[in-house]
Amino acid sequence: MTQAFTLTVNGQAARVTTHPDTSLLSVLRNELSLPGSRFGCGLGQCGACIVRVDGTVVPSCTTPMWSADGTSVVTVEGLADGDRLHPVQQALLDEQAAQCGFCISGIAVRAAALLESSPHPDEITVAQALEGNLCRCGVQRRIVRAVVKAGRTS
Amino acid sequence: MTLVAGHPGPAAVPKSLVANPVLSNWVTVADDGIVAVRVGKVDLGQGILTALGQLAAEELDVGLEHIRMLPAHTDKGPDEGLTAGSMSVAESGSALRLVCANVRALFLHEAARRWQVDVAGLTTDNSYIKTSDGTRYTTYAELAGTVSLDVDVSADVATKSGDDMRVVGTSAARLDLPDKIAGRPRFISDMRLPGQLFGRVVRPPSPGSRLRDVDDSVIGQGEVRLVRDGSFLGVLGGDEAEVERAAKKLRAACSWDESPGLLPSENDLVTFLKRGPHETIPVIEESAVVDGGAGAPEGKRLRAQYSRPFLAHASIAPSCGAARWESDGRLSVWSHSQGIHRLRDAIAQALDLDVTKVSVEHVENAGCYGHNAADDAAFDAVLLARAAPTHPVQVQWSRWDELTWSPLGSAMVADADATVDDAGRILSWTYDVWSQGHTARPGYSGVPGLLAGAHLERASRYPPATDPPLPAGGGTTRNAVPIYDVGHRRITGHRQLSSPIRSSALRSLGSFLNVFAIESFMDELAAAAGRDPLEYRLAHLRDDRAREVLETAATAAGWGGDAHHDVGHGIGFARYKSKGAYCAVVAEIEAEHDIQVRKLTIAVDVGRVVNPCGVRNQIEGGATQATSWTLKERVRFDNTRITSGDWESYPILRFSEVPDIHVELVGRPDLPSVGAGEAAQGPTAAAIANAVTHAIGVRVRDMPLTRSAVVAAIESENP
Repeated sequence: MTQAFTLTVNGQAARVTTHPDTSLLSVLRNELSLPGSRFGCGLGQCGACIVRVDGTVVPSCTTPMWSADGTSVVTVEGLADGDRLHPVQQALLDEQAAQCGFCISGIAVRAAALLESSPHPDEITVAQALEGNLCRCGVQRRIVRAVVKAGRTS
Repeated sequence: MTLVAGHPGPAAVPKSLVANPVLSNWVTVADDGIVAVRVGKVDLGQGILTALGQLAAEELDVGLEHIRMLPAHTDKGPDEGLTAGSMSVAESGSALRLVCANVRALFLHEAARRWQVDVAGLTTDNSYIKTSDGTRYTTYAELAGTVSLDVDVSADVATKSGDDMRVVGTSAARLDLPDKIAGRPRFISDMRLPGQLFGRVVRPPSPGSRLRDVDDSVIGQGEVRLVRDGSFLGVLGGDEAEVERAAKKLRAACSWDESPGLLPSENDLVTFLKRGPHETIPVIEESAVVDGGAGAPEGKRLRAQYSRPFLAHASIAPSCGAARWESDGRLSVWSHSQGIHRLRDAIAQALDLDVTKVSVEHVENAGCYGHNAADDAAFDAVLLARAAPTHPVQVQWSRWDELTWSPLGSAMVADADATVDDAGRILSWTYDVWSQGHTARPGYSGVPGLLAGAHLERASRYPPATDPPLPAGGGTTRNAVPIYDVGHRRITGHRQLSSPIRSSALRSLGSFLNVFAIESFMDELAAAAGRDPLEYRLAHLRDDRAREVLETAATAAGWGGDAHHDVGHGIGFARYKSKGAYCAVVAEIEAEHDIQVRKLTIAVDVGRVVNPCGVRNQIEGGATQATSWTLKERVRFDNTRITSGDWESYPILRFSEVPDIHVELVGRPDLPSVGAGEAAQGPTAAAIANAVTHAIGVRVRDMPLTRSAVVAAIESENP
């Protein structure tokens, strides 16, 4: 049976009606036209769908709507300030730190969260923070460099 | 003039232009000056469209910002076969350069006609066409309406020489990354078309399964519809989450007849691979050979066996496809296939359709690293969409589907055998490699080769994978011929002709195991002769480009130190497909607990570098992925099912495990460009294994180089 949920997504109020077991990822992509969070495994193992729910970094694919009701969600689309990219996104672009780019949304969200708690991380700190994000193209070193750089310049 | 293949003009006619000679099939110029380019190669995350855009901008003398790279489409643009084998820069790049040089020449001629001046006095500069004194000028935009590009390419138009290039050779930023880093829709799973439905396929639990029974009442009376044809079972509906739940319920309500004992033992793949029957692939058969043949050289004989397990492509995005049956019987398909024309033909063949009624458009997905399930997911969408004419149906595979039902990179085993003289000089070399085939792409062996076809009531034939022909690089025997002077050679491939495990092309095909074997064996021969591995290679190597690449990597890595505290260095080298990129890798590893690769120092020669940042990214990525294959990866199965269906059972390299990577580009601006995407795979694996031996004195010949593989190697050396 469907149910109505209210939440705030990237600062905007949203109201959706869906089954309580529907994942937050599915709601973002299908109901709210926010496809930036990607479906990679549906198991919370790869990090491609990572968002922040009330500030906490979570995989949206294993976050059911019944647990997201009333929360405030930030997705990759919510990182930029208008046309100005988040420093992490800008650094990823500057370092050309992607190949296929499928994993990069979740990495950008997680790295942006890291810079809030640890504004000037070193490479080891960044790599440890991103341990739950998989990248199959092998761009990890560029990504680490970019996040360290974002911490230096912001 | 008419274009003829093999025309003896200043440059040979690029292969892609023989079949696709009309300029407008490649390039159109709009009256706002935007140049639309449609090539037959597709972006798989490797950045090829950016590199090809640079080549177009270069020959036209327009800024890269005026180039729009359009998606490949079977009804529009050239057919350039597959995007595979590191051939895109060589094939599509050389064709596109000539096309754009022709387009530029036609615009120059039009300007000359209008101004009644000699065309020789005209030039192009940043989208302008002008007289060389600069007194008269016009633009591509202004002339676009009067220049027809519906003409055949001429091979007599000169392309730029390396000295004149301004865009090529620069690290232009990737055209697609701004969208991806901002999280904008870009991937096939992001497509949302009017009236779109979502589909899921409930796959069998194991190869050789048949669907005995399904209780379809579990999906209820809602809007989700069920499709069943033999053992092919799927659902579709308008609410993706609802469809997903229905598929899950249905999976639990199925009973299958499986085939216990169908799969080989995962712990004895050598026996499985050598059992046969095989196709014998003679690569080189020189008169005198070691094993008892007349005239076999006298000397000390060494032998060793190397292996790799089955590997998964393990794309970070499960495959996805979309299809719509139109009311007039036409079929539109969207796919991240590496070969949309082949996919179109295979779909038509599988369903007995008129091929001219099928269109396939390429849409990006995550990196595939070879033949994954892209084509299969497209065919799933075609089958499910039959139940909902005029609605586009998008089928999303699950993680489990992707890791257990995509084609795998074949397990392989190789036996190397050499004789050497007293100083260690190699006198003869015998090499045998056993593998399943490395290509089962749509249309192989004359069959469609699309997965669902094997599960339909009227199941299609599914022959074992074949190999690309030797001139195209081969599959099982790719890079089986050492680049070194090794005296008399006998090199033979043995392709398995029957297997329950589906295999097809995985990045670098057989090259990964063959280079691992040859380069490990070179180190073993050097060690037996008490010689330095680098010096030993150079002593057997005449190719100057090869020598320079090896020496560059060694110098950059500070080659020559002793091992200490479980830290070792190793080197690996190859020229990909014996005609592509040269790549040498020096690995620094630590073997205290698990093997940790700390640093890879890499030198590469790809001829003329189109985009230095792009080449570095490909080499870094290839080396990182190869590190993952070498240290961690192995498809798991019991005797019935493939069991490595998620990221816990199929672990890949994580951020903290990725080595530092330093890449040296050996510039060759005067030589043709070759691809970089697969060059680092084999050399990286060999460098790591050689570094392990350097660090702890043990030779590990079976990948992956896990802690248990090291322990097994120690035990076999000290029985």
